[in-house]
Amino acid sequence: MTPGSLVNDLTFQAATVNGSGSQSANLVLTRAIFSMGIPVAPKNVFPSNIEGLPTWYQLRICPRGYQARTGDPDVLVALNPQTWTSDLQNVKAGGAVIHEEAYSTAGVRDDVSYFPVPFSKLAKTRIQNDALRKQLTNMIYVGVVAGLLQIPFDAIEHGIKRTFQSKPKAWQSNVDAATVGYEYWREHFEDRKIKHVLQPMTGVTDGLVLIEGNQAAALGCVMGGCTVAAWYPITPSSSLCENLIAYADRFRVDSKTGERKIAIVQAEDELAAVGMAIGAGWTGARAMTSTSGPGISLMAEFSGLAYYAEVPVVIFDIQRIGPSTGLPTRTSQADLGFVYTLSHGDTKHLVLLPGTVEECFEFAQQAFDLADRFQTPVFVLSDLDLGMNLWMTKPFQYPEAPFDRGKVLTASDLERLEGEWGRYRDVDGDAVTYRTLPGTQHPAAGYFTRGSGHDADARYTESADAYARNMDRLARKFETARRAMPEPILSRSREGSPVGVIAYGTTHHAVVEARDALDERGLAVDYLRVRALPLPASTSSFVEDHERVYVVEQNRDGQMYDQLRLQLPAELAGRLRSIRHYDGQPIPAEAITRPLLELEAVPV
Amino acid sequence: MSATLNRIGLPRDAYKGAATTLCAGCGHNSITNHLVKAMYELGIEPNLLAKMSGIGCSSKTPAYFVDQAHGFNGVHGRMPALTTGAQIANRKLIVVGISGDGDSMSIGLGQFLHLIRRNVDCTYIIEDNGTYGLTKGQFSATADVGSVQKRGSVNTYQPIDPCALALTLGCSFVARSFSGDGKQLVPLVKAAIAHRGTAMLDVISPCVTFNDHDGSTKSYSWVKDHDEQIQDVSFIPYFEEIHVDYEPGTTFEVEMHDGSHLLLKKLGQEHDPSDRLGSLRLIEEARERNHLLTGLLYVNEAMEDFATHERLPEVPLRDLGEEDLRVSQRDFEQLMSELA
Repeated sequence: MTPGSLVNDLTFQAATVNGSGSQSANLVLTRAIFSMGIPVAPKNVFPSNIEGLPTWYQLRICPRGYQARTGDPDVLVALNPQTWTSDLQNVKAGGAVIHEEAYSTAGVRDDVSYFPVPFSKLAKTRIQNDALRKQLTNMIYVGVVAGLLQIPFDAIEHGIKRTFQSKPKAWQSNVDAATVGYEYWREHFEDRKIKHVLQPMTGVTDGLVLIEGNQAAALGCVMGGCTVAAWYPITPSSSLCENLIAYADRFRVDSKTGERKIAIVQAEDELAAVGMAIGAGWTGARAMTSTSGPGISLMAEFSGLAYYAEVPVVIFDIQRIGPSTGLPTRTSQADLGFVYTLSHGDTKHLVLLPGTVEECFEFAQQAFDLADRFQTPVFVLSDLDLGMNLWMTKPFQYPEAPFDRGKVLTASDLERLEGEWGRYRDVDGDAVTYRTLPGTQHPAAGYFTRGSGHDADARYTESADAYARNMDRLARKFETARRAMPEPILSRSREGSPVGVIAYGTTHHAVVEARDALDERGLAVDYLRVRALPLPASTSSFVEDHERVYVVEQNRDGQMYDQLRLQLPAELAGRLRSIRHYDGQPIPAEAITRPLLELEAVPV
Repeated sequence: MSATLNRIGLPRDAYKGAATTLCAGCGHNSITNHLVKAMYELGIEPNLLAKMSGIGCSSKTPAYFVDQAHGFNGVHGRMPALTTGAQIANRKLIVVGISGDGDSMSIGLGQFLHLIRRNVDCTYIIEDNGTYGLTKGQFSATADVGSVQKRGSVNTYQPIDPCALALTLGCSFVARSFSGDGKQLVPLVKAAIAHRGTAMLDVISPCVTFNDHDGSTKSYSWVKDHDEQIQDVSFIPYFEEIHVDYEPGTTFEVEMHDGSHLLLKKLGQEHDPSDRLGSLRLIEEARERNHLLTGLLYVNEAMEDFATHERLPEVPLRDLGEEDLRVSQRDFEQLMSELA
């Protein structure tokens, strides 16, 4: 190792053309590096397109294991002539640039090292597989990068086997292609050292696994007992139901009879998707749908029905940038305000805010319990960054607790009650009422569910009193639910601080890194990570305990900031400040440290 | 005098619902009565019935029959989605959806088509009056060209025919009837309930308040003058013996999947109810004659219904518990190790 080189601390970027198969190559590199015990944080920046547009894969490697996005790359693989000029401009000074030999470097930058590789020529002469030549060309750069960063070739082989887990036939051709690159590096660049190097390490990633949030949520749905899922394809949510289908094919099919213990329906649109889930929830199945912004807009009417008629349903919103079509492949936290009160009239919903893949798994299960317990829609607000990128995590815990199916009266319950019950009667004083499921064999079981005015016995009414009473009970039910939502996670600085930060969802990862950076600048901050709406009372105490509280989020209008201001008394609301990031790229730590240092007047 | 009980020991009153709030003389109320009669005679278990509807006058009617059953009056045009979800969550339910021409042919047209495409096991009744009654008399999409609104304006747009549409989509049971014709409608409803798959009945049901005047083609008098019955329909449930004798060549006999039988005695021209193209031709020819063709247009007992196609178990999905649904501890650990 050259003295002064940076170990396990760099940002790698591959700039390629989408549809060319570069995703597999990037995953191989990620898996290979992760297998060396080195923390990885990949971010896939892709276009809303099938083939031919620019795509970037950014892989952050840092010894502390930060998972937030960083800015410019240290090492670039440039394989897209369209973006070559700007990609090159973005490389940090002193960085390394592996590029197609044909691209001109004359007079552009002299503060980076160039590693020209004749990728096209190598692909033509060295890759025998005509059908897969385009895809395998990307594996050539994997070999070159392995050489340059000193990744052992057996780690690359591991990465290939892991990436093509289900296609062992693909292993050899990929290993061969990577070898072409590795040999090219050995022949041409072996004695050229760069600033960055990777070395096997221990201690940070021990026992960790890699999973995408949508896959974790799908597994959560399986473990949470979901039996009906209805969906309409939409980026970035589709992979949730696609993963659910894969799990269902593997674990929910009776090997003898071929019977499936789940119905997964690709609906005609999001209206129908949520409608099917609500129909199934009404019948007593654990039902869900998964969508993103435009789909959420379409689900507004049905969400109001499920709130008012009190039907359990779980709705995943994998947020992307809006308004309208927005940037379908870019991340966002801008659905928060809309989802919280989705539908016309006085409507309020339970919203879970997972910040990690582990929480995607946990909250997916919890969402079904909460929906059944409170007989209402439960939204799980993930985002593209969490849902579609790989994240390091501890292996998930096997759930021990039984399902909470909520207040359901069976035929024998009705027997005991001598048939005396009312669908919307608050008999327990918690505003959560009892329901029966269609098909319950008791003469008193049936009742009529409707989105129009109804009394405590579910009869149609336009009575002013009955309407107001019911709405008041729904508000009280919401308060009961508030206490059952996941508590925020408080992380104090060593000596406590007058400055607090509130964040939620994927913003968490940038906050973790920003707090370390701020600490180094002498500005320790306390941190409260909110995990659900409605906000619990402890949120107010956090604000009370701090002079200034910065609410950090990934939307333009400060939607959580607004929610906090609504909830807090005026003197506390005045302590809030809003920090917002909303360009569609996952928030980097710098987007928090910079404004915070400035606002706290810490000399830069 | 004690009431006559049906085969499961229930009186006819057990199939009644709340008092109707629709206009006196509304065709929908007659349909409700025919539904009560059909379900009583079939001996439907009220607790197994799920009554579904959307929004509109038609969609109020599930409240007016089988009070003991569960009902779900959802949102406008979205009954098919709720029905699909309810049916797959519990295959044992007898799902009856009531919709209207506004609910199914305009705002809910997409869902109507896709429910049929999936062949969801349900009875789907469109109470078709050609008008938006609850909002006071606007034309609906089933109003015929030249049909006159109460205030005099004339419809100039092509009508959507629910039966023709259902036929082109391969609906496995398509019939048209008239609210005033219990003799025809009751056996059709029974057959629709016995059918496994989507059974679509377009029932012309005059709106006495907004669409029962001269110039309307959905009025009582127009339907009475123009009704052309394809067959004389009778239904013999599986629990009754068949003892009918008919001349060969005069009657089609359809055996339903539960062992019930539909007997279709030819009245006008020959029609084979397994001939989809022939049904479409019949509808079109009747339209050219300015006639309303009623009866069973098409039936296909062989088509798989949605839940069967999806290989769902007979036990309702909603009755499955942790043991059935969670991955075992061993498999879960295997899954986790695959992620390393």
